[in-house]
Amino acid sequence: MIDSMTLFFTTDFVLYALAAGISLSLVAGPLGSFIVWRRMSYFGDTLAHSALLGIALGLITDSNPQLSIIISCLLFAFILTLLDRRPSLSTDALLGILAHSSLALGIVVLALADSVRVDLEAYLFGALLTIGNVDLIWILLVSTVVAIVLYWFWNDFVSITVHAEIAEIEGANVKRLNLILVLLIALTIAVSMKIVGVLLITSLLIIPPAAARSLASTPEQMAVKASLVGSVSVVLGLISAFYFDVPVGPSIVVVATLIFLLFYFYPGVLKNKS
Amino acid sequence: MESSNNDSKSVLDSSGEFSSGVLLAARSINKEFADKKILENISLTIEEGQIVTLIGPNGAGKTTLVRIALGLLPPDSGAIYHRPALRIGYMPQKVQVEPTLPLTVSRFLQLANRHDRELLGTTLGDLKISHLQDHQLTSISGGEMQRVLLARALLRKPELLILDEPAQGVDLGGQAELYRLISDISDSQGCGVLMISHDLHLVMSSTDEVICLNHHVCCHGKPEHVSNDPAYLNLFGASASGDLAVYTHHHDHEHGIGGGVKEHHHD
Repeated sequence: MIDSMTLFFTTDFVLYALAAGISLSLVAGPLGSFIVWRRMSYFGDTLAHSALLGIALGLITDSNPQLSIIISCLLFAFILTLLDRRPSLSTDALLGILAHSSLALGIVVLALADSVRVDLEAYLFGALLTIGNVDLIWILLVSTVVAIVLYWFWNDFVSITVHAEIAEIEGANVKRLNLILVLLIALTIAVSMKIVGVLLITSLLIIPPAAARSLASTPEQMAVKASLVGSVSVVLGLISAFYFDVPVGPSIVVVATLIFLLFYFYPGVLKNKS
Repeated sequence: MESSNNDSKSVLDSSGEFSSGVLLAARSINKEFADKKILENISLTIEEGQIVTLIGPNGAGKTTLVRIALGLLPPDSGAIYHRPALRIGYMPQKVQVEPTLPLTVSRFLQLANRHDRELLGTTLGDLKISHLQDHQLTSISGGEMQRVLLARALLRKPELLILDEPAQGVDLGGQAELYRLISDISDSQGCGVLMISHDLHLVMSSTDEVICLNHHVCCHGKPEHVSNDPAYLNLFGASASGDLAVYTHHHDHEHGIGGGVKEHHHD
């Protein structure tokens, strides 16, 4: 057993999966914290669903799939931000309409473009173990960019999240910062698709921060601990996927959820040990 | 829309009319929400070291006027002048922190000014909230929260403090203390203050100019003048002027912002 496990973790595709999963978890911690604080989980869902439409459009226009996902996510994020500034529209209903219509449209377009064989399940639930060179480079590139921008604007992002008007009086450009944050979320979602799939991406962004909430007394602690919870979920999710022969993406999400439940009901569990 | 642009241009062009002591000026501000006139032709000026208090009943447009003066809300017509590079410290009416966001008092304050630890320490000390530093923002009382918000405004080293009901949620004894504190700050730092209050009798001793607002300016001037103005008495009832007696007796102790009795420390 130990030997086969060692073998498992030294296989190329498993190492790729680990690298991709952990590097995304590291940026998903702080980014997901903002999604939780700003109550944007539905927004994240909508972006994720629109990513499927991006894949479909990429396929029928015969363009780079990763690039078309990224472009469609950024475009959707931009449109949603613009619509959100119009108070006459109900954001909740609007997101609901866009999320499911883009998901449905994406599936329909994929079905029509039957010249290409598409593994729909891989897009919906993720296919971490099929990650290749190019995918990994995209993921490393995007998480590095997201991490740098997050670090650079960290205090501003926290400030506009705590109280936008005080932040504005103190000189923050609230509209621009909001847009940057939304674009970072869109970018991250676009490249996370391969890992847990369209339907589970938001959970990877939200569950680790939720698990870290009871362990944190500052925003920074919550962000860092969320990154750790996410990384641990990726590793344990991979192991249990191997051990129980279950799909990797859902397995990562299940592990994250168990960690969330543990800290939610026993917030002191780590303190007792030390 | 076009006319408001022209208005603001003409005021900005003629900004030479403002002496260098003018921090903020509003001229002929009008604002409607859903066809309801909220502000009608309001003008006000705040100079260095001056404390201007906006007073008026609920729904009189006080907060709207303050938000327009801050530049958070555009007026329908009229113009706002800020002295170039004016540093404003702003204390909004109500701050509710998202419960999923862990935030200590000191981290909240560092959002305003990350680098000046010394200023943070002295500001906390001046406002007597040093002991709250490591408390979660969600766990402190309403009165303590008001002091924390005031501290955040002060950390910008403001030339102008804009306070929307600073004494909200503070008990009566604590309110008097808070207004005294604001007056002291204005004196010691020479900053102008624009604040909203419900109670003229509480701010009376510490304010230079009172503007009584009920969609339009009912009356304005020195507090003693306003408190006897028929428009003010009409708005608040004749009994309002009787409350001034609150200030005539002498305290041998004061109530902390949380209501506890504090002894005076004279040394």
